[in-house]
Amino acid sequence: MKSLATPLLVIAATALVMSAPLLSGCGNEAGATASTEHTIDIRYSQFETESITVPVGEAVTITLRNDDPIDHEWMVGDAAMHERHRTGTEPFHHEIPTEVTIPALETRVTTLTFADPGEYLYICHLPGHEAYGMVGTLRVIS
Amino acid sequence: MRRLITTIGAVGLLTLVFVGGPKAVEACAGLIGPNGAVNLGRTTTLAAYDNGIEHYVTSFEFQGGGGEFGSLIPLPGVPTNVEKGGAWTLQRLEQETQPPVPEAAQSLRSAGAAFDEATVLQEVKIDALDITVLEGGGESIAQWATEHGFRLSPDAPEVLDFYSQRSPIFLAAVFDGDAAAERGQALGDGTPVHITMPTTNPWVPLRILALGKPAEDVVQANVYLLTDDRPALLWGNAEGTSITHSKPATSLLLDDLRSDEGMGWVPQSAWLTKMEIDSAAGDMTFDLAVDASGQNQPSRVAAGLEILSEADSGISMATIWTATALALVVLAGVAVLRMPRRSPQA
Repeated sequence: MKSLATPLLVIAATALVMSAPLLSGCGNEAGATASTEHTIDIRYSQFETESITVPVGEAVTITLRNDDPIDHEWMVGDAAMHERHRTGTEPFHHEIPTEVTIPALETRVTTLTFADPGEYLYICHLPGHEAYGMVGTLRVIS
Repeated sequence: MRRLITTIGAVGLLTLVFVGGPKAVEACAGLIGPNGAVNLGRTTTLAAYDNGIEHYVTSFEFQGGGGEFGSLIPLPGVPTNVEKGGAWTLQRLEQETQPPVPEAAQSLRSAGAAFDEATVLQEVKIDALDITVLEGGGESIAQWATEHGFRLSPDAPEVLDFYSQRSPIFLAAVFDGDAAAERGQALGDGTPVHITMPTTNPWVPLRILALGKPAEDVVQANVYLLTDDRPALLWGNAEGTSITHSKPATSLLLDDLRSDEGMGWVPQSAWLTKMEIDSAAGDMTFDLAVDASGQNQPSRVAAGLEILSEADSGISMATIWTATALALVVLAGVAVLRMPRRSPQA
């Protein structure tokens, strides 16, 4: 029986190793180093990149790609800013780098600089989208 | 005016409630309000299947107010006819199964095909309802709806893909509240719609009932099936969803149904099944597959439990590898546990 168990464990370990890279796309970037360029894909009303890390004081370019046939928003900021937008009525955002509307099936690029380290949420504030899970985390590190 | 939209499983007799303004939307039923919430009342649906033809009759109920409100309904096949339905079929079915005692797809037509834009197959006006039958992928149907002033809930992209992968046919119904008021429709007046379509086997879209609802909200629906013989059914796991009536339809019921307007197709004998749904929206991730052929093989694809092709999905591969790994770990564990103890060496 031992001769059966050993190869099974070896095959299982191989399968787990094979599954790891395929599953890694679902994970977050905890512990990732800061980068000045990020792409956030949106599909089925979810930010497929759940967290990004950026350097403090440097210009950061974020590409927002909406693969859904409905509009979405990417709004990043502190709790007070999000609270304001939860009850806001502005239909589109396009003039503030931290507040971006991404029309259906389109891509938008925004460039912004964070002066202080910290952790901010990015949220889609269209009705029902935050509750549906359209929330991600942006970490600013020095 | 911007239309509000909800998508409802229309597989028979189904009641949608349209209301006039945001406040009323929140208080009543069937619509996606400005905050994305949907409050859908209990719907009732009859999916009747006889000689390869599926019959749906849908009732849209006027709850007052003006403006336009819409509904998108996935269909298992291309309708050969959309007309005003019988006046009281739904009520007669309710009566038949109270108190409680213990649906499709020629559909798989072009399933999963890509559509650049939705094609309008039919347009029909029934009282204050403007009905459009569309063919397209989830993306193109969503685009069509958006271009026509509808606002879709955040789960709509995934749900529309879920349906269009199996059947690219949808029915959009726009209820004109102003027209209803001008017609003198009173609150609660329903507009029944009868949809006729050939299918190889019926299926009933249930997941669509949860569209736009928070996971913890409750979906309530009664689904009636009228088939030549006792059908084999398959659906997913959801506490609160069960078959509460399954027996031969009485001659009295069939005679009554047949005497309603446009219901002359009701056969001389049939099996009546009632499914009651009182389940959390988050659990409603499936449809009801029906095998009325006598082969007792309802389709897992029609039930939404399996997709047509897994070839495209990296996640599927990950799942396969992970499942393989876990299965092998279990097997290995069993093998280790069963290893005979070594005898102590002398």
